[in-house]
Amino acid sequence: MTAPAAAYGKALDLITRVRGVRGAMLVSAEDGIVVAEQLMEGIKGPAVSALAASLATRLRRAMEAAGVGASLFWHLQAEHGALLVVPTPAGTLVVAVAEPDVNVGLVRLELLRAAEVVG
Amino acid sequence: MADEIKTLSSQLAQDPDSLVFLRLGELLRQKGNLDTAHRVALTGLERHPHLPDAHDLYARILADKHDYERAFDEWDMALRIAPDHVGALKGLAFLYFKVGDVQQAAAHLEAAQRAAPDDPGVAQALAMARGGGPGATEAGVGASGTEALTAPEPIAPAAQPLEEARVFAGLEGAQEGLLLLDASGRVLGGALKDPSGRNVTEAVAAYLAGVSQEAARTVKLLSLGKWTGLAAEGDLGHVHLAPPTGDALLLVVRDRAVPMGRLAIIAQRAALAARRWLEAHA
Repeated sequence: MTAPAAAYGKALDLITRVRGVRGAMLVSAEDGIVVAEQLMEGIKGPAVSALAASLATRLRRAMEAAGVGASLFWHLQAEHGALLVVPTPAGTLVVAVAEPDVNVGLVRLELLRAAEVVG
Repeated sequence: MADEIKTLSSQLAQDPDSLVFLRLGELLRQKGNLDTAHRVALTGLERHPHLPDAHDLYARILADKHDYERAFDEWDMALRIAPDHVGALKGLAFLYFKVGDVQQAAAHLEAAQRAAPDDPGVAQALAMARGGGPGATEAGVGASGTEALTAPEPIAPAAQPLEEARVFAGLEGAQEGLLLLDASGRVLGGALKDPSGRNVTEAVAAYLAGVSQEAARTVKLLSLGKWTGLAAEGDLGHVHLAPPTGDALLLVVRDRAVPMGRLAIIAQRAALAARRWLEAHA
């Protein structure tokens, strides 16, 4: 993690201001621990972050084995919403929890911008 | 044929908006000049995007080039424009037949017969599809208009169930970019190759073991209902994961030239084929 703590809030603001986003988190990809969060009430941040980190690890390994390179963005789709994730080169996952009708392209852009801020 | 192609080419050059591209494209296709036929059809389609015959022609050329997914899209588009388009109904029947879905093939042939009751090719193909006799494709399942569509590869007889190896039969990338796994990461069908052509099926399968359960737990924790897909963008390619049934996992891999949205459509079709296969082998 290269950015100062104040930058984390700014990075999360970029994401949560998008309509349909219910929350955002910065998660350590290595151990699944929440580094910073802005979540709506009721979202179990620590549990979600642990599972997101585990999924990210499996996905990264599978993608590397498949020869498609490192994961830049992934999007877990569900009936009533979605989890969107951008891994940073420094080992942080920038995570958004969103409504099903969210503008995925816009969230992706904001996640990528937030990833640049976080480093 | 060569003279007619020359004449039609000349006419088209003089009047690019002319509909002679339909005949020209078809003649080129029949002659096996698929790349030129492809260009003619695509140019015509750009000028006449709402003409069902243009989509039908393009689909036939794509089918000859073994690009069945896009052929499906084009015939599907032709039917959206003209629901009774006989060529498109026959074409879709041909594709359904290829993946072993005889019921859908017969349904499309029945619709074609209602639209063209005097077409002997449709009647013959339908009779054979219902009876499960051999040669249904040659008899007209793959025919379009009054001319037979060349079946690009041998097709299983209608009554024969899907073979194990044919879980993704007819789908693009069936042996290099589609994989069906069980919950333990064991390969049920398909195969995967990396960009250098190396078979990476087993390695990827091993890493994906348990992903389906983890995705399910994650969305359950967030009260998001069932997970329906996981799309991921990589440096060199894109992947899409989907659960065709509760425990199984489908993986589709394509290079970055294939947009994520299109990849999702490919995955939907592959998931449908996988679901049918899993149900048939349950």
